[in-house]
Amino acid sequence: MSQDSRDRFKVRIHEALGDTELRQNFRGAMDFLTGKRAAMFPDADALEKLRTQGASIRKRALAKLPDLLEQLENRCTSQGIRVHWAETADEANRIILGIAQQRKARLMVKGKSMVSEEIDLNHFMALQGIRCLESDMGEYIVQLAEETPSHIIMPAIHKNTAQIARLFHERIPATDYTEDVDALIGIGRKVLRENFASADIGLSGVNFAIAETGTLCLVENEGNGRMCTTVPPVHIALTGIEKVIEKLDDLPPLLTLLTRSATGQAITTYVNMISAPRQPGEKDGPEEVHLILLDNGRSGMFADAELKETLACIRCGACMNHCPVYTRIGGHAYGSTYPGPIGQVLMPRLNGLDKDGNLADACSLNGACGEACPVKIPLPDLIRRVRTDRLAPRTTSTRTQSWLEKQLWRAWLYLYQHPPAYRKLTWLGARTQALIPKRLGLWTKTRSVPLPAAETLHEQMRQHQLRRRESRSE
Amino acid sequence: MSARHRILQRLREAHRPTSWPAVKIEASTPANAALQREKFCHALQNAHAEVIECDSERWPQLLTTLAKERRWMRWLVGQEVELIHPFEVACGLHSELTLCHYNAPVETLDVDLFSDVDAALTTVKAGIAETGTLVLWPDEQEPRQMSLVPPVHVAILRASDIYASFAQLISKQAWADNGMPTNALLISGPSKTADIQQTLAYGAHGPKILLVFVLRDR
Repeated sequence: MSQDSRDRFKVRIHEALGDTELRQNFRGAMDFLTGKRAAMFPDADALEKLRTQGASIRKRALAKLPDLLEQLENRCTSQGIRVHWAETADEANRIILGIAQQRKARLMVKGKSMVSEEIDLNHFMALQGIRCLESDMGEYIVQLAEETPSHIIMPAIHKNTAQIARLFHERIPATDYTEDVDALIGIGRKVLRENFASADIGLSGVNFAIAETGTLCLVENEGNGRMCTTVPPVHIALTGIEKVIEKLDDLPPLLTLLTRSATGQAITTYVNMISAPRQPGEKDGPEEVHLILLDNGRSGMFADAELKETLACIRCGACMNHCPVYTRIGGHAYGSTYPGPIGQVLMPRLNGLDKDGNLADACSLNGACGEACPVKIPLPDLIRRVRTDRLAPRTTSTRTQSWLEKQLWRAWLYLYQHPPAYRKLTWLGARTQALIPKRLGLWTKTRSVPLPAAETLHEQMRQHQLRRRESRSE
Repeated sequence: MSARHRILQRLREAHRPTSWPAVKIEASTPANAALQREKFCHALQNAHAEVIECDSERWPQLLTTLAKERRWMRWLVGQEVELIHPFEVACGLHSELTLCHYNAPVETLDVDLFSDVDAALTTVKAGIAETGTLVLWPDEQEPRQMSLVPPVHVAILRASDIYASFAQLISKQAWADNGMPTNALLISGPSKTADIQQTLAYGAHGPKILLVFVLRDR
């Protein structure tokens, strides 16, 4: 673990905690999203049944993953979709560049894709002289501000209306300052519509890839995903290898879980299922559809029975919406593509424990993420696993104890085996608080001194029982 | 060795048998067709769509009246769509309404869908009561951009085509066995976004208005 990255993470957390406006923005957004989700699942038993079903579908898909990927490839290929495989982020970027160069592309419009953030596509393409324009309203705002998404579903959740109004006024030519949300959306709509019509390539993510029918399913409310996959002559769909599901029948329950968990909607405005490029006789739609299957560390996670569960994720964001730490520090503090609990377990595996293992520190082990997860990923266990793996080299080494340490443990053992001695010491501790030094070496570097209570728990319990007995006899 | 080969090899080497619980959740089906239709209309209206239930003869006249009221003058319709034909006839009686047929590839079509059309009229393959959803399978006659690019989308659905749930629809129509179309769409309202401080705004990128005629069977 590099001290440097740990310190930077802490600095970002402190900055976030000190930013009142940012904290208000996140608090408001998280309360909104958790409230909407709760309203969608009024029946706890029904929710539990649905989660079990969702988890089962994802488990089955992962159990058959290599076969399903081949089936998906065969189906897609036979329907005219060109399938590419990429082991690393760099390979994926180069495949996309290759397609762009063949089409002499200058402009690529993008629907929301977290995998494209993972491979840093926009930056890579910009260096090659190809402009990537984000078209999801939230992503567009974030790109305009030269930032990164702070939430995987609502990328601009860290900004309030006034901040976006200022941004539009400053960055979009001939735009008056307005805090009217309809007007602001209208401005974005106008700018982006001009670009949909002139783009050479549309790029999108994939929510579910159905092996049985060779279908790419995309979920959205705005219509920009449909624009990107329908209007430009080329559509590139970019996905991690884990997004495949076995059957079309598996889609409805997962859709229900996804949209209800993510935004508290029974269904999103659009569910877009793509199974082929434009066919002879059809009058619109892209001439070419490409599917890029990205590994980037996923097959490594697949090899570990526990880490494999991470791959069941359907990217709904419920874990971060319910995380008390995320709610307070926001997505940017993590400094990672995927923030919140899923980011804490995913990033250390994608980028290495050395680089991102410290993300798991930002957890109070409250378990809320595990309860919210629609496909029952044991996120709390996986966060603890990151912590264990980081410490593993130290605990397995044959460390010798110092003489003082040995004596301390011996004394501890004696006290815990002899109640009268234990009671005497705690009695003494409670009465000698003032004698405890203010500084206790490394411990107090980041913590306050642990002060014993004025009365021991045993004493308090005795008094409590005494009072109860008295009140009863009265 | 290709990336494909290496990825699949890693996955196969790591493979170990696992089990998963078999879960089947029975969908609740509304008691009768009328309740199902009611549920469908209610859910769509909740999603900010306008719904008009009427007899199958009346809708063309209702729509031309509405079109003139709301100044939806330039109409995009599909090519040789039987259900739409009565509207084409009705339009002929109102000289201020112009009709354009989507009868050529979008690149050579003589109107620009982004700027020259006020409203598009399409048929719908099915409806889903549970979520208030229109199911579209765009094709040669009614292409994909019709329900996406013009600012107003008017959809015509026969009440008898409403199913209880998406799961019921794909199983009854055997989608997986019969093969999927180039593009299948579920549409459950006008385009919208809540990306600015969770404030709902309609007409993000797609249609600002979705108007649905539900035609009652006689």
